[in-house]
Amino acid sequence: MAEEAPEAIPTGGVQPGISEYKDIGNPGKVDNPVTKLDKDKQRKFTTDHSKLKELQGPFNSGPEVTKACLGCHNQAGDQFVRNKHWTWSYKHPVTGQQLGKDYLVNNFCTNARGNEGMCAQCHAGYNRTSPDYDLSKQENIDCLVCHDATGKYYKTPPTKGNKACSVMFEGLKPIDWTNVAQHVRLPARSNCGGCHFFGGGGDNVKHGDLSSVLFHPPRDVDVHMSEQGENFACIICHVGEGHEWAGSRYNMIAKDEKEHALPKPGMERETATCESCHGDKPHPLSVKGLKLNDHVDRVACESCHIPAFARGGVATKVDWDWRTAGRLRNGEGYKEEGYQQGNGEWRHTYKSIKGSFKYDENVKPLYRWFNGVMRYTTIDTKFDPNKPVEINYFSGDPGDPDSRIWPFKRMHTIQPYDKGNNTLVYMHLWGNDDAAFWGNYDFAKAIKVGMEKNGIPYSGEYGFIESYSYWPINHMVAPKEKAVACDECHSKQGRLKELKGFYMPGRDAPKWLDMLGLLMIVGSLGGVAGHGLLRILLAWRRKH
Amino acid sequence: MPVRKVKIFDGFERFWHWTQMALIFTLLFTGLRIHGVHAWLNFDQAVNVHTLAALGLMLLWVFAIFWHLTTGAWRQYLPTLNGLWPVMRYYAWDIFQGKPHPYRKHLTRKHNPLQAMTYAALKLLLFPAIWVSGLTYLFYNYWQQGASSPWLYWVANIHVLSAYAILTFVIIHVYMLTTGSSFSHHVMPMITGYDEVELTEAELAYLEQDEPQRLKR
Repeated sequence: MAEEAPEAIPTGGVQPGISEYKDIGNPGKVDNPVTKLDKDKQRKFTTDHSKLKELQGPFNSGPEVTKACLGCHNQAGDQFVRNKHWTWSYKHPVTGQQLGKDYLVNNFCTNARGNEGMCAQCHAGYNRTSPDYDLSKQENIDCLVCHDATGKYYKTPPTKGNKACSVMFEGLKPIDWTNVAQHVRLPARSNCGGCHFFGGGGDNVKHGDLSSVLFHPPRDVDVHMSEQGENFACIICHVGEGHEWAGSRYNMIAKDEKEHALPKPGMERETATCESCHGDKPHPLSVKGLKLNDHVDRVACESCHIPAFARGGVATKVDWDWRTAGRLRNGEGYKEEGYQQGNGEWRHTYKSIKGSFKYDENVKPLYRWFNGVMRYTTIDTKFDPNKPVEINYFSGDPGDPDSRIWPFKRMHTIQPYDKGNNTLVYMHLWGNDDAAFWGNYDFAKAIKVGMEKNGIPYSGEYGFIESYSYWPINHMVAPKEKAVACDECHSKQGRLKELKGFYMPGRDAPKWLDMLGLLMIVGSLGGVAGHGLLRILLAWRRKH
Repeated sequence: MPVRKVKIFDGFERFWHWTQMALIFTLLFTGLRIHGVHAWLNFDQAVNVHTLAALGLMLLWVFAIFWHLTTGAWRQYLPTLNGLWPVMRYYAWDIFQGKPHPYRKHLTRKHNPLQAMTYAALKLLLFPAIWVSGLTYLFYNYWQQGASSPWLYWVANIHVLSAYAILTFVIIHVYMLTTGSSFSHHVMPMITGYDEVELTEAELAYLEQDEPQRLKR
């Protein structure tokens, strides 16, 4: 499996260094979490934070600001320390699996655990540098990353990393803590997107349906978030209460038809499903609308209303090969730009720290039956190394009334694993020590230390294995006129041709039926033709 | 017995026949699109037109059934063995010899025994099969439990199979028009309503007396 990929200089060119995350952030103006549906919300705010004496400063650090925030918002700290954004831990209520960023292995940068020095750049807290982070220390909560309204606030990695990495964030303008503290409000797309649009190591790398395009999306890309559309902030759908938000991907609501589907005004709404606003009969009362409503119980809204993901000019990573990581030029790590995406920018197809990548845009999703429950191959799962590893997998079946057909992005990776124990591995990627792969490019050392630091048994021998992960597609909802046309599924070679076990008109005509039909038609045509011909011939003979 | 041109297909009957013809062609065309035989329409357009045409046809049938019952026209389809054999022999043999059709239309019996039997089968077997399967298909969401149930497969296939059978009927039906003395011989009565019918003296006297407008001078 571990063949070397050929070396060629791609069109985009070759650059020295390994800098990551330089281009993170909102490229346009900072948006406001006020929607077109709620024009007057601005007038409803009762506090101008710039006038609070507690926020007059001076502040010299994040924790100082947090203390001031918690002085008035005296429940927020207790609420937030239970949140996944803080704990990086989640116990799945159905499967009982211990999940969360602090535990999982994925098929991008593989593991946050042990690499907090870099990964915790997106942790909603200050200075999380290792797994033994004091989760009770509320002054470390980063209120500003979610509530900043200036667009001038930024986070840098909690540690500098090795020499090649530490140059990454040099020369940034210092944060004016007092100004930022005085300009806070509900989270906007620019707040949530600052981390979530760049998951997995860059713009739209991970999800496929969450990219920097969504800071200011055209209406065609996202009808809800577009400023020409409804101008939704993330929190309009991902409703929050007590610093908890609806819409976890670990335990999704695949079919929302119960009390949450179209709640009445003022009713509690804890889901981020389409039905929670549109109801479970969303189409108009017409012949077509009624037929479309028939689909709602079996087909997720997203399957028709997100015709493709990675739209709007920013590509998503679909393939990652770790085997080629670690190549050097003149003793230094480098990167190559070999993919030009829709907006004209070049994307890296090779990085010494990570290996080789492939990208795709305007991707037709993969469709699968899904009941909302995600299971994971975690660090302690033993697997069969002769098959690709499913990093996450899910249940769902046409016979299961809680399942619907969902769209997914499928990520393919060839990543390191423990050849002796047949488990995934934690790699020590980030650090300023000589075992950190992002600096010394030695898999053997990086894996050994990554496992040791977390007390996980390691055979000492690593190999590479294919893996897949599945990302439910929920964002980039197109305007209704751009929804997937009926024929795209109701045809023999359509989008759903791989899904078996149920009957679908236009796709599933059995051969015997059409043979029988053909026989009847050809038989009757042949019969009447023969009969008619015989009449003509015999009539002609009688006359002559 | 006198043979006279008599109006035997009244206005509603002709309207019903030709509207039904148009709707059946529409249904066949759109149905074959839904089934995946051709792609001259979008799937959703085909489903829309198919559904509306089917509902239209069923409405038409409701009126037609009412008409059959109230006018007593349903008796025209009562099957009989009387004279069936000569008609079958005619189409299988005598027609090639140029012999005349053995059946003479009566005022109360405008279909020959083979026709009556065919139409009775069409109306009692094939049409119910297509509309029961069609309605079941259309409203699958109200009865189907779980998409993996095999019932929808059978409902859909019975529906398509019935459609193929109706298409077969249409082919033979249209061909039969050519078996008259000319093509218009069988078509015109369904347009004008008048056909040559053998009348008894009593029938003729009745028509002349009570319904003279049905007799063509």
